[in-house]
Amino acid sequence: MNGGSPQPAVVARDLTRTFGPFVAVDRVSFEVRPGEIFGFLGSNGAGKTTTIRMLCGLLAPSSGSASVLGFDVATQAAEIKRRIGYMSQRFSLYNDLTVEENLRFWGGAYGLFGAEMAGRAEWAVVTADLEHSRHALVRSLPGGYRQRLALVAALLHEPPIVFLDEPTGGVDPEARRRFWDLIDELAAAGKTVFVTTHYMDEAERCHRVALMHAGRLLALDSVPDLKSVFPQGTVVEVTCGRPAQAMARLEELPGVVEVALFGERLHVVLGDPAVGASLARSLDAVGCENATVRAISPSLEDVFIHVIARAEGEAA
Amino acid sequence: MGNGDRGSRAGRAVRTLVNILVKELLQLRRDPKILPILFIAPVIQLTLLGYAATTDIKRVELAVCDLDRTAASRRLADRFTSSAYFRVTANVDSQEQFDPLLQSGRARVALTIPAGFEAERSAGRPGRVQLVADGADAMSGTIGLAYAATVLQDASVAAGTVPLVSLRPTVLYNPDLVSRNYMVPGILGLIIMIMTMMLTAMAVVRESELGTMEQLLVTPLTPGQLIVGKLIPYALVGLVEVFTVLPVVLFWFRVPLRGSLLTLLLLTLPYMLCTLGLGLFISTLAQTQQQAMMLSAFVFILPQMLLSGFAFPIQNMPAFFQALTYLVPLRYYLVILRGVFLKGVGLAVLWPQALALVVMGVAILGLARLRFRRRLG
Repeated sequence: MNGGSPQPAVVARDLTRTFGPFVAVDRVSFEVRPGEIFGFLGSNGAGKTTTIRMLCGLLAPSSGSASVLGFDVATQAAEIKRRIGYMSQRFSLYNDLTVEENLRFWGGAYGLFGAEMAGRAEWAVVTADLEHSRHALVRSLPGGYRQRLALVAALLHEPPIVFLDEPTGGVDPEARRRFWDLIDELAAAGKTVFVTTHYMDEAERCHRVALMHAGRLLALDSVPDLKSVFPQGTVVEVTCGRPAQAMARLEELPGVVEVALFGERLHVVLGDPAVGASLARSLDAVGCENATVRAISPSLEDVFIHVIARAEGEAA
Repeated sequence: MGNGDRGSRAGRAVRTLVNILVKELLQLRRDPKILPILFIAPVIQLTLLGYAATTDIKRVELAVCDLDRTAASRRLADRFTSSAYFRVTANVDSQEQFDPLLQSGRARVALTIPAGFEAERSAGRPGRVQLVADGADAMSGTIGLAYAATVLQDASVAAGTVPLVSLRPTVLYNPDLVSRNYMVPGILGLIIMIMTMMLTAMAVVRESELGTMEQLLVTPLTPGQLIVGKLIPYALVGLVEVFTVLPVVLFWFRVPLRGSLLTLLLLTLPYMLCTLGLGLFISTLAQTQQQAMMLSAFVFILPQMLLSGFAFPIQNMPAFFQALTYLVPLRYYLVILRGVFLKGVGLAVLWPQALALVVMGVAILGLARLRFRRRLG
């Protein structure tokens, strides 16, 4: 906008929102760069939706400040609304209208009419792969198509930034993958994508990921940099017959930082890679024989668990 | 800023509004339940209420006990028998026999002509009769006594007695005092309220329930545009309602429309301003469509029925409740309806009611809009 170094698309400074005594978002600060896919990762109730609603001007911050495209969320919500796309957690198109009717209505809400509208509607049905369902009631579309329709409907007015709140909830993995291909295309076209998710695989596709837990932002970095909190070889996977028992034993061992259960397997974070060799023997001693131990590259979930454990350790 | 700029701004506002209206009307058209709700339910309501809500008492059941058994007493009894007001259900020989008749409701009024009735008359003194009425059915009882007084007065006149005054009452606008003529237009007011208020409340709540309201709020559409976009379609629904129900009122119940239809429609608009505003207000109180329906029915419709003068005359209410009636939109609309239908009057007479409705409508809408905003904030 003003040339020179690109202005951040979103800036949050100590952004806070309380509901009575409950602190939903607690002094969160971050910047989103233009053109990046910015992921907000956290479990339900972590404060992701509250943050996104504040950024979209739907909810006033209790304290702190935030700006979107240079406009203040507290005082310039109208300017922001005109320039952003937003897809809420719940599917929010009209089920009893057709694809085309929905597009025309939502486009009209952003001031698109006539030839301009027709052009954007055409773009939308092509992009969402709905050329053959223009006149179908939205109710009759499969979930994945509806989600894509909701996304393109939020993009009709060509906003430079789009906020997606858990956009893939309740759709099958194939539809999720196709949805994310669409997000990649948007980013490639220069749009900023702010997306919340609780799926780790989706977070892996983000350029940078913010980890939210209990209203606080615990870490923010690119996925490889987040994973580098663990030095090479310090995350191992342990497979054995009695994982619960093994977990209790492992937690007592010196040199073991954290143990987390992943289904039948244990992910163990070590203070020193050298400790890994002795794990199997220690487990034999408590009756968990034939344990296998192998070094793995940490997943985002390992990072997430580690970061939460560290934050809760600090709080205690 | 040039004229062209302003023009295009107005053009944009109109297109924005049309866009919302088109969407609302499309949704109404797609709703499979809407046709029966709009066209069948009101006609049934009107028909049922039109027949049930009548306070006319015709042919009060009468028991006669003639103890005099003379020509004069028989003449008097015949006057009751032949009157259109009474149906003689029993002729008994003693007053003791009245009790079972009155208890069972076979008689509402009992007439006794005592022995010596003719003798008194011959002696130049007024004859004395006794009337007993059933107070448990107060309405029939009182009306029965009033009818009897009329019959007795006529009898006196026929007998050549000159009464102190001769009453010749004339009833204007509804000469036969047919209660249907003033009840049925009232039902029209009730139906308009139910339809516009309930449907508006439910339509707004539905958007919140489905999550589309949140999506609407991130668009540049203002709360004012959203509200107007919701109210206009349901105002149209209200007018459609008038045209659906009016033929039944005019041609089935034969209520005369002495004023102009245009006046009626024109004065219906400020009333709908109130009912639509109340609908919007209810939508800010309710979380679900069901709650919206319950709130409409019990908190808003029932008190309006009771306090508008629809069911009970306002003049008979205690002062506190009389004061409350001034807050009830239907009160004013009832005056308008009865005025236009029966008296054939127009704005020249009904402007205070219209003004009251406009003021109330604006106040209700303002309040609803304030709540609408706050709830979203």
